[in-house]
Amino acid sequence: MATSDTTTTKPMIVFDNVEKRFGANVILAALNFTVEPGEHVTLIGPSGSGKTTILRLLMTLEKVDAGTIRVGGAYLSHMEKGGRLVPADEKHCRTVRKRIGMVFQQFNLFPNMTVRGNLIEGPTRVLGLPKDEANARAAELLELVGLKEKIDAHPTQLSGGQQQRVAIARALAMRPEVLLLDEVTSALDPELVAGVLSLLRDIGDTTDLTILCVTHEMGFARDFSHRVMMLDGGRVVEDAPPSQLFSEPREQRTRDFLRAVLDRR
Amino acid sequence: MDNLPRIVAVLLQGLPATVIATVGGIVLTILLSFAAGLALLSGSRVVRGLTRVYVEGFRGTSEVVQLFWIYFVLPLLVGVQLVPLFAGVLVLGFNHGAYGAEIVRGAVQSVPRAQYEGAIALNLSPVQRMRRVILPQAVVEMLPPLSNLFIQLLKSTAILSLITVAEVTRQGRDVLVPNFGGDIVLIFVVMLVIYLVLAVLITVVMRVAERLAAVKVGRRPSQEAQIAAITGSRVA
Amino acid sequence: MPLWDWDYAFGILPDLLRALVTTIEITLLASAVALVLGLLIAIVRRTRIPVVDQLVWALVEFIRSTPLLVQIFFLFFVLPHFGITLSALVVGVLALGVHYATYTSEVYRAGIEAVPPGQWEAATALSLPRTRTWTGVILPQAIPRVLPALGNYVISMFKEVPLLLAIGVVEVVNAAREIGSVTFRFVEPYTIAGILFLLLSYPASMLVRRLERCRGDV
Repeated sequence: MATSDTTTTKPMIVFDNVEKRFGANVILAALNFTVEPGEHVTLIGPSGSGKTTILRLLMTLEKVDAGTIRVGGAYLSHMEKGGRLVPADEKHCRTVRKRIGMVFQQFNLFPNMTVRGNLIEGPTRVLGLPKDEANARAAELLELVGLKEKIDAHPTQLSGGQQQRVAIARALAMRPEVLLLDEVTSALDPELVAGVLSLLRDIGDTTDLTILCVTHEMGFARDFSHRVMMLDGGRVVEDAPPSQLFSEPREQRTRDFLRAVLDRR
Repeated sequence: MDNLPRIVAVLLQGLPATVIATVGGIVLTILLSFAAGLALLSGSRVVRGLTRVYVEGFRGTSEVVQLFWIYFVLPLLVGVQLVPLFAGVLVLGFNHGAYGAEIVRGAVQSVPRAQYEGAIALNLSPVQRMRRVILPQAVVEMLPPLSNLFIQLLKSTAILSLITVAEVTRQGRDVLVPNFGGDIVLIFVVMLVIYLVLAVLITVVMRVAERLAAVKVGRRPSQEAQIAAITGSRVA
Repeated sequence: MPLWDWDYAFGILPDLLRALVTTIEITLLASAVALVLGLLIAIVRRTRIPVVDQLVWALVEFIRSTPLLVQIFFLFFVLPHFGITLSALVVGVLALGVHYATYTSEVYRAGIEAVPPGQWEAATALSLPRTRTWTGVILPQAIPRVLPALGNYVISMFKEVPLLLAIGVVEVVNAAREIGSVTFRFVEPYTIAGILFLLLSYPASMLVRRLERCRGDV
């Protein structure tokens, strides 16, 4: 995987001293990191380490307790009002959020709509595309994910792998700049995982999306990412290209984690 | 507001009738629910069929119709005039017993098959099986929807005012409204509060019963029973 | 005097049927109120605005836990005091509708809670506006699930319409009472009234039960 150039362009994602608590539990503590445009970053770590929380904060499914998040230069968690930073209201969130798309572990397709319905919902209702343009885009994306003939099927008629591919198409239909992948193969039967991973590799190769990925598939992480971040206890323990992190991890915690995970094979 | 003490006093004169109707109704309901509920599970088609007629008949007709029928029509057929309060308790018991039968039946059927088999393996007789193993576990499932049913029964006691029973609602409508017309809002608010207090009492007693039953069996009511208690146990 | 006079029974049938139509009309009107108002209450409660939520909850619990008959009297006697004069039928429809709205709101709430949180999250991820999330994603999944429970409440409302005789509405039981008090023969009127209820509500609840079973297969 070619590494991205160190350019003078602004970072795509900036987490600045972000803190997130759930009740008495501190999930993320003074978290700082950046992601450059077009980078593929994988987050690994034990459960409870905060990896999914990071994705959820980016998707505005949760709010930060302290610190700020910027996407494409604009504040996501906050907005500028009268020269100061105040927590963002729903309207502001929606404008920045449109640049981000997410694929969920449980697919979360809308069962009351057909595949076509799921794919054109966002583009027509949110992006204001005319119906035929949205339909054309839907057909194009379904072709990309290999499910062209299922356009009028219902989600319940599809296998897990097929549903997840539709979910990926649905996220891409919004033409986001950032794509968040939250353990997208963890709920799939093992034999369907490879198909989805290979699709994601293609997408990674052919687009310039900035991709943040949480996964347990270490092989995929190694091939797909420019960088891997190891998280534990809400902090970044190690942050390095996969070639380095997987073969010569610098931190003991990373070593322990990798040994536990990779030994299962 | 000066009339408040008098209003409360007059309404409370109706309290004994309301309480008797409620308690009597609940007792009769419990008896009929168990009898009919278990009969619905009987091996005999005739028993099941007859019980089904009772359950569907009372569930399918209006309580007011049943009340008027027992108070006005039955005497003409049988020659016996029932005291209004007694007629009321009968209707309350038979009507709510029909709903209770479904609750009991559902609860008994929800006891896992494995318990039946364990009891058979221990060579318990059918009666012992029911008494010692099945019913105690079924009771835990029954209590939340039964609690709902009993509160419905309490609310139904107001209907007895239509056949001259001097309970709370009748006191309010026939005694207070004509004489204290100015305080009308107050009268009804106090009436509703009295019923609310009684409903809370029933809920508290049933909660205690639920806890006792759960302790004896080591189980809490299932999700379905709790949901049924919220959304209304009148679903078949 | 014979117990049952068939000529008399058939003679009074038309009047009773006419009153039955009134009963059905009241049921439909009150159901409309209960189904719409209940949904509104459920949605308002879902938004969880601090003071409003508690007030709505208290009011809903209060109405749910107290007798419908008393609420009917309340509206009938109290509204004129505030200058609102409505016919007994309208008062009855309102009282019945609002009372049952408290039940249907709980049913709707259960249905809405049963929609997986992932659906809300996917809607957020697509930046769907709130109203569209409700109308396009959540309600289409919540409502079909609870149709049997709602159906049962409509049937219950039908059976409670006779309470309106207490404020003079001429529905089936009141009609039976009036007919009987003229001839002093009460057996036929009240029995026919009971049978009419059974003839309508039993098939209706069979239908609802069938609907419930079908849902189980989906």
